Amino acid sequence: MSGMTAYLAKHYDDLLEALAEHIELVAVTLFFSLLIAAVLTVLAVYSRKAGEYMIHIFSVLYSVPSLALFALLIPVTGLGTTTAEIVLVAYNQYLLLRNFISGLYQVDPAVVEAAEGMGMRRFQVLWKVRLPLAKKAFFTGIQLAVISTIGIATIAAMINAGGLGKVLFDGLRTMNIYKIIAGSVLSAGLALMINGAFKAIEKRI
Amino acid sequence: MSVPAIEFKDVSKTFDGSGYYAVDHVSFSIEEGGFITILGSSGCGKTTLLKMVNRLYEPDEGKILLFGEDTSEVDVVKLRRRIGYVIQQTGLFPHMTIADNVATVPKLLKWDKQRIEARVNELLKMVGLEPEEFKKRYPSQLSGGQQQRVGLARALAVEPKIMLMDEPFGAVDAITRIGLQEELLRIHSGLKRTFLLVTHDIHEAFKLGTKVMIMNQGKICQFDTPANIIHDPADEFTAALIRSAREQEKLWEGYV
Repeated sequence: MSGMTAYLAKHYDDLLEALAEHIELVAVTLFFSLLIAAVLTVLAVYSRKAGEYMIHIFSVLYSVPSLALFALLIPVTGLGTTTAEIVLVAYNQYLLLRNFISGLYQVDPAVVEAAEGMGMRRFQVLWKVRLPLAKKAFFTGIQLAVISTIGIATIAAMINAGGLGKVLFDGLRTMNIYKIIAGSVLSAGLALMINGAFKAIEKRI
Repeated sequence: MSVPAIEFKDVSKTFDGSGYYAVDHVSFSIEEGGFITILGSSGCGKTTLLKMVNRLYEPDEGKILLFGEDTSEVDVVKLRRRIGYVIQQTGLFPHMTIADNVATVPKLLKWDKQRIEARVNELLKMVGLEPEEFKKRYPSQLSGGQQQRVGLARALAVEPKIMLMDEPFGAVDAITRIGLQEELLRIHSGLKRTFLLVTHDIHEAFKLGTKVMIMNQGKICQFDTPANIIHDPADEFTAALIRSAREQEKLWEGYV
């Protein structure tokens, strides 16, 4: 135990830096994921077919293992965070779109018909009726995306994207048990904490 | 003669792949202020006909005129805001309060706050709901009959000259339905509005309608006053319909 304490005392700034990197990677990924998902979702509202195609394409992409996708992209975008972010954003599209689009379409057709029949424009039907009624599904999509990003971002350390995965892999490579423990506790802790936060917010919506 | 409120000129509608006419070359005109009920069994085209008035469905052939104006030449959104629309499942917005539901169209038309609030109070009273009691509630906190009253108030919000109602009382119990029917007759008599109500209930159709339109297989069998239809049914379908209603009455006579 004293070994662990000594390790933490000596390396806490490295660990904090790795944690900060990890959070940054997740935040940047989430920002672009939501931006792209929002645009694609609006497209899907105007064309149901397009929505189905998008979900299908991203579901295929989602089933490719992350390491394989990283490897495929390295010749194009090189090692580092950019490649990691592209892959993570692509994965998130499946989680986000599936929840966003099905959420919007699950709104009671009678309610939508009433909205249209009273003279709401298409955008107003989306904004005033479909969106508020689909907010639970939106929330679920975002929650899944964040948690999955925290997890897969650990693997991104393999391609020099930094973050908590780096601590883990360094520990594995050098057989440093303290590093392994610190890396896994921090990444699992981050995921659990964020998930807890989502649960707390979910109760209020 | 004044311009009819609603006029159909040889209107037809088919749905993709069905291969038959949901509405089959129909022509008629409705004078302003009438209460028209459209009666027919499910699949006869009555709802399709109704939904072509506010262009939820577009006709494949023919013209629809409202007060002489071709509906296909008017901005569809503006057209709909001028027409009241009530549906069976109420279609109330579950995430909005009763007041916000009723205020939907006034808000779309950007009325100012005070005017909206005054109008909401007036409308809720008109449909027999105490504003202070109901305004802040949500649709799920109301009974089916109360929800339908709100649906009615919402449709009446900007005093539309034409009201379309698609089986508005189809989902409420018999006692509540009779109350709502009385209410609707009272509202209609107080305003010079043209009401168009779709129903499959022959009693409802003949009780409410100043004129009844009987539909079968996409065509109009007869369009006349209740008395004329009962005394002189135009075809076998209409005659059978009236016979069936009389048959049902006999059930009660046995228990006098």
